[in-house]
Amino acid sequence: MYSGRTDNHTWRKIKSALASAIAFISAVLVILPLGLVFFYLLINGITSVNWDFFTKLPAPVGEVGGGMANAIVGSLELLALAGAIGIPVGVLGGVYLAEYGSARINSVLRFLADVLNGIPSITWGVVVYGLIVLRFKSFSALAGGLALALIMIPLILRTTEEVILLVPNGYREAALALGVSRWKTIVHIVMKTASKGIITGILLALARIGGETAPLLFTAFGNRFWNHSLREPIAALPLQIFTYAISPYDDWHRQAWAGALVLVTGIFCVNILVRFLTRGRGPSIV
Amino acid sequence: MASAVVVLVILIGLELWNGSSLAIKKFGFHFLTTSTWDPVAEQFGALPFIYGTLVSSAIALVIAVPLGIATAAYLTELAPLWIRQPLVSLIEMLAAIPSVILGLWGIFVMVPWLRNYPFPFLKHYFGWIPLFTGPIYGPCMFAGGIIIAIMILPIITSVSREILRSVPNLQREAAYALGATRWEATRIAVLSYAKKGLYGAVILGLGRALGETLAVTMVIGNTPQIVASLFKPGYTLASVLANEFTEATTDIYLEALFEIGLVLFGITILVNLLAQLLLRTIATASATRAVQ
Repeated sequence: MYSGRTDNHTWRKIKSALASAIAFISAVLVILPLGLVFFYLLINGITSVNWDFFTKLPAPVGEVGGGMANAIVGSLELLALAGAIGIPVGVLGGVYLAEYGSARINSVLRFLADVLNGIPSITWGVVVYGLIVLRFKSFSALAGGLALALIMIPLILRTTEEVILLVPNGYREAALALGVSRWKTIVHIVMKTASKGIITGILLALARIGGETAPLLFTAFGNRFWNHSLREPIAALPLQIFTYAISPYDDWHRQAWAGALVLVTGIFCVNILVRFLTRGRGPSIV
Repeated sequence: MASAVVVLVILIGLELWNGSSLAIKKFGFHFLTTSTWDPVAEQFGALPFIYGTLVSSAIALVIAVPLGIATAAYLTELAPLWIRQPLVSLIEMLAAIPSVILGLWGIFVMVPWLRNYPFPFLKHYFGWIPLFTGPIYGPCMFAGGIIIAIMILPIITSVSREILRSVPNLQREAAYALGATRWEATRIAVLSYAKKGLYGAVILGLGRALGETLAVTMVIGNTPQIVASLFKPGYTLASVLANEFTEATTDIYLEALFEIGLVLFGITILVNLLAQLLLRTIATASATRAVQ
């Protein structure tokens, strides 16, 4: 009887160790794709990331060489356009949710923002297509920027609200007690205290939409040349990677890998910058 | 400005509805139940796309849910402390990889590997199951499911992790006080306590899976058909939008695609509503934060 209990105890311990091992293997399997993707990006892309890649336009179809200069600049233009619309709306919306309004309506708005964050990004492309492209009868940089901005708004709204809620109430009370008006308190005390967190949220949102392709397919559309007007189609790095990846040409595949390497490096740099910004603060503030 | 979110929801709904009004009138409910997709004959039925979306998402969930929840349990309960933060950072990095880049890796690395090693193995030993029959081309429903699984693993893992972290320590202490081993404490005191929240995490992952676009489009083969074999190419709602939207030559074709968008929006908004409700009942701000 006694030995039976010991066996049982040993068995339970073995089971516990086994479960830990399985959980560990799961964790390894989850991050395995990260390692594999990065490894293949490096070996396939690094040889094609050269001066030409950053300075030249795509070569005419069938010719070897050329670069993605227009796509890199195009992506930056689209990010600037999206930021110009998405950042003010998102940040002000977040401030409103945290500082003003009735609790009941705010919780509904918060809920809607979370639901919006789960809507597939291609849906935004379809909406902007109907809204802008059909109306003005042309794909355009503006349409692309708007599609990205609409994705940004709920993202930034939620992160801004959360960091503003972390600002201690004592700060607000101290300012108001000194006779500072409400909006001055919010701008100079609350937003200033939360500025690091707000910037973090903005940077993460930019990194996220910088890699978005689906909403650009039928808004920005892509362009093999420089874009000269916001009312014309514009190239973007992720779009160019997609077009090249599904093309039948080896030289385009090579450039797709190079473009992917550059894009991932950019996105990881922003993520590392964010980590640097939030260093020393608990992970909860991100 | 905060009301922008209300405007956005109404905007999507109205725009998709208006864009597809003609198609809705012409095809009615049959749009969802017929399977002919022939732009030339102007016959449009969305069933193969709905089927493809559901099947590829189901494959993704079968792979990602156990892995994601096991990883979350590892990160909060079982792993040595020093390993936790680096692992979390790596998972965040995986989440930051754009869909198009995963798709690029998918077509040139993952699909050829799957075609040469695991697929023939599955066919040889499990070929008697209809799921694993027929010739192996490469791009197929199975590959699409796997790539979606990789895309949704980070969100399932990080939301589950936040939920497990929100389980009160008293739960664990009570289990240990009764002599539970580490795994028993995890299973009895933590996982079952957090069950509802974990369902929320899974459904949130499902929402992302249904709308995943670029990576799937690049590996699923893009053929609208309803067949049992997972080795055959398929097509999803999001992929048909990505591929055919700019090619729509007739008004009715474009309207049919708008209606596909409407269907996709309808499904994902329902799934996300459900996920948010489940996550909110356990009321953790941290869980909703992990969603972003």
